[in-house]
Amino acid sequence: MKEQLQKDFDNTIKNLTLSQRDIEIKKFYLDNFINKGFPNRKEEDWKFSDLNQIIKKNIGELSFYSDYTSTNKVDTSAFVDGLEHNKIVFINGRIEKIEFDYEKKDQIEIIDQSETINKFNNNSSLSDLNSAFTNKSFKIVVKKGYQLIKPLIIYHTTNSKIWSKNINLRLNFELYENSSLRLIDLFRDTSEKNFLNIFYNFDLKENSILKNYKVDKFENKNIKYSFNNIEQDKNSISETFILSSGSNFCKNEINCNLNGEYSSAFVNGVFSINNNKHHEIRTIINHLTENTKSYQLIKSVLEDSSRAVYQGKIFVNSQAQKTDGYQLSKAILLNKDSEFNAKPELEIYADDVKCSHGSASGSLNEDSIFYLMSRGLNYQQSRELLINGFLLDVVEKITDPEVKNLIKNMIGIKE
Amino acid sequence: MDNRQKEIDNLKDYKYGFTTDIENTKAPRGLNKDVIKFISNIKKEPQWMLDFRLKAYDRFKQLKEPDWQKPKYPKIDFQDLYYYSAPKSMKDKPKNLDDLDPKLLETYKKLGIPLQEQKRLNGIAVDAVFDSVSVATTFREELTKQGIIFCPISEAIQNHPELVKKYLGSVIPLTDHFFATLNSAVFTDGSFAYIPEGVRCPMELSTYFRINASNTGQFERTLIVADKGSYVSYLEGCTAPMRDENQLHAANVELVALDDAEIKYSTVQNWYPGDKDGKGGIYNFVTKRGLCKGKNSKISWTQVETGSAITWKYPSCILKGDNSVGEFYSIAITNNHQKADTGTKMIHLGKNTKSKIISKGISAGHSDMTYRGLVDISPKAANSNNYTQCDSLLMGNKCGAHTVPYIKNKNSESNIAHEATTSKISEEQLHYCQQRGLSAEEAVGLIVNGFCKEVLQQLPMEFAVEAQKLVGISLEGSVG
Repeated sequence: MKEQLQKDFDNTIKNLTLSQRDIEIKKFYLDNFINKGFPNRKEEDWKFSDLNQIIKKNIGELSFYSDYTSTNKVDTSAFVDGLEHNKIVFINGRIEKIEFDYEKKDQIEIIDQSETINKFNNNSSLSDLNSAFTNKSFKIVVKKGYQLIKPLIIYHTTNSKIWSKNINLRLNFELYENSSLRLIDLFRDTSEKNFLNIFYNFDLKENSILKNYKVDKFENKNIKYSFNNIEQDKNSISETFILSSGSNFCKNEINCNLNGEYSSAFVNGVFSINNNKHHEIRTIINHLTENTKSYQLIKSVLEDSSRAVYQGKIFVNSQAQKTDGYQLSKAILLNKDSEFNAKPELEIYADDVKCSHGSASGSLNEDSIFYLMSRGLNYQQSRELLINGFLLDVVEKITDPEVKNLIKNMIGIKE
Repeated sequence: MDNRQKEIDNLKDYKYGFTTDIENTKAPRGLNKDVIKFISNIKKEPQWMLDFRLKAYDRFKQLKEPDWQKPKYPKIDFQDLYYYSAPKSMKDKPKNLDDLDPKLLETYKKLGIPLQEQKRLNGIAVDAVFDSVSVATTFREELTKQGIIFCPISEAIQNHPELVKKYLGSVIPLTDHFFATLNSAVFTDGSFAYIPEGVRCPMELSTYFRINASNTGQFERTLIVADKGSYVSYLEGCTAPMRDENQLHAANVELVALDDAEIKYSTVQNWYPGDKDGKGGIYNFVTKRGLCKGKNSKISWTQVETGSAITWKYPSCILKGDNSVGEFYSIAITNNHQKADTGTKMIHLGKNTKSKIISKGISAGHSDMTYRGLVDISPKAANSNNYTQCDSLLMGNKCGAHTVPYIKNKNSESNIAHEATTSKISEEQLHYCQQRGLSAEEAVGLIVNGFCKEVLQQLPMEFAVEAQKLVGISLEGSVG
């Protein structure tokens, strides 16, 4: 893999206009990645999902070079109907469109950051890989007091032009005081066997609100890793919703630092997977100061021989008195071959806190099915009704009504 | 009130911190094949036992000391330890208690463990282990009548080799982790109990461990086999003198329960925890594992952990037989600079297996406490159930309480439920108690006892009283 990486790296660099210093930095990250390689199960964070093996088994040889010189045609039929929105379109890893038609132009700033690589607050090998190979990274700044009128949808599209490729994406967001942003990540893949490596960084200033909805719904054979780093100042709120369903393998990581008083973080997730898919959500909520709050709810429905993993950690340092942390994960295993693994973790150094977690996994409740069937539903209907209700609970947590309806329609959950 | 204060003052210090001045026979310092041969030789062991040890030692040399645990400790120099230490007077085994060195008798009397049978009111058979040897086992005759074998393991190796051969290492194999393998190579003594088919053991069996000599590691091995349809309740207590340096305690405990058998294993662990500044104390790195081999068998662990500088252990149950049951009840209390990383593993292999975990952690002072547990339901363990509850109480903002459960469900017909909470004693509760005339300290004691009650109830009577007191003492001075 080493020669391949080196070769692809040289090719990538050739097509970019970079300063000598930036090349040096990229080289540094490349060497880091070559040293560490893809994470494997020997690392605690990857204990339940051995990425190295998964890539080997599903993709085989990866190519890290992508030709970004030619543009891709933007397929407008793929856009979401019935909801006016701003767009960012990635096709095969290339940014094709950034469009904020509904917003005041002077309130949003888009900074092309391809020249200065900002260091990520993460020293995993995947962040090294990302830093070495991202061709362009943008920073999107929402100015003081501005609240976006329409949500922003980021379309992550890949098509059959690429296979066995590694695609690296990176975006930075900065939300100034009293601003707010609704962001939907929509994955639409018609490609197969690629490895997507996505890093987002959010900087939330005082009183700002971020709502991020990640929807991976459409069936595809890709392997995805997505990392969100969220820094929160005083009074800020972040809400993350993850629908983890379509890809062959998908791992979502949320790292949230509650740096300012009265800041709060909400993470809600749904696994709805079948076949032999393997999905994971890993969250780390760091309560670093007084009076912060976090709430996490993860529900899974597992069919066939699918596997879901939830690793959630609440960290409370010794200054973070009056922390309120809550975490709940529930799973329904529908098939004898399905598997659910959880590691809900609490690490607490302050005494005046209220932290709890719960985790439950098991089969559908036979009594409930019996109840419904005795009222005239057949087995299949009863089952669907119960699963619907089980998942609806999480979707109902979405605070934005427009987006909630959109997601409900998308996954076909009925009320 | 004066009397009560005096009593508290008396209890405040670690009262088992004395040393017995007694002549010792020691193995040469360090760890090598010769030392292992020395131990085996002094115990007059048969060749197969020596082979067992040497095989473990070969394996041990290939292993690396694990370092994933939460409490870090300075590297142990395994060549700087004595692996065998015994009171000189024990060289030729005394025939009965009257021949026992009076100093030893005195020691156990001071510890509150009278070895003279006639003095005992409560029917508990005790095996007393002093450093590397078992010094006395009481009530033997009465047990023999029922066919129960209860003796030091070194004696069992001589007298019941067929049983020892069959079960030793069957739950904790030679190839297990670092400390367990070290134990297999150098274990010195411990207790062996065999309960024959259909016998309900008429009294509690008990081992009392005492580390006395300095620079010694205590490596004892306990093996309990409950044959079909039998029942036994086993108690374990431990203390050590106060010393400035840290001492290693790496025991292996193996339990085997055959069809319909039940083993109840209770521990009150009160090793020397080190002084207020975290100097000295015992490193308690123990491997405890029970195998529910037969169907309908049951193993239940109850532990009260108050001592040790560092506790690092996970009493586990392997639920292999169909319908078998595993239970784990634990109270762990850390104060001053103590550290604990403890919990359990429940490995469900058989059908209809059930397990229950109740863990209560209390940390105060500068201490750090981690619950780390595994619940693993394998694809074949249909219709299995687990319930886990771990609660932590924090006192003060210098201490830490952590929960790290690993939950693996590979069977769709099985259910796992896990709950954990972390909080402090609520002001309202304290206020309520104080309003009714209790001092702050008494109020905390009362609330903590209530917090622990679920676990304390599981202990046999005599132990429960002692444990309740221990809970109070361990938290002394942590309020306010």
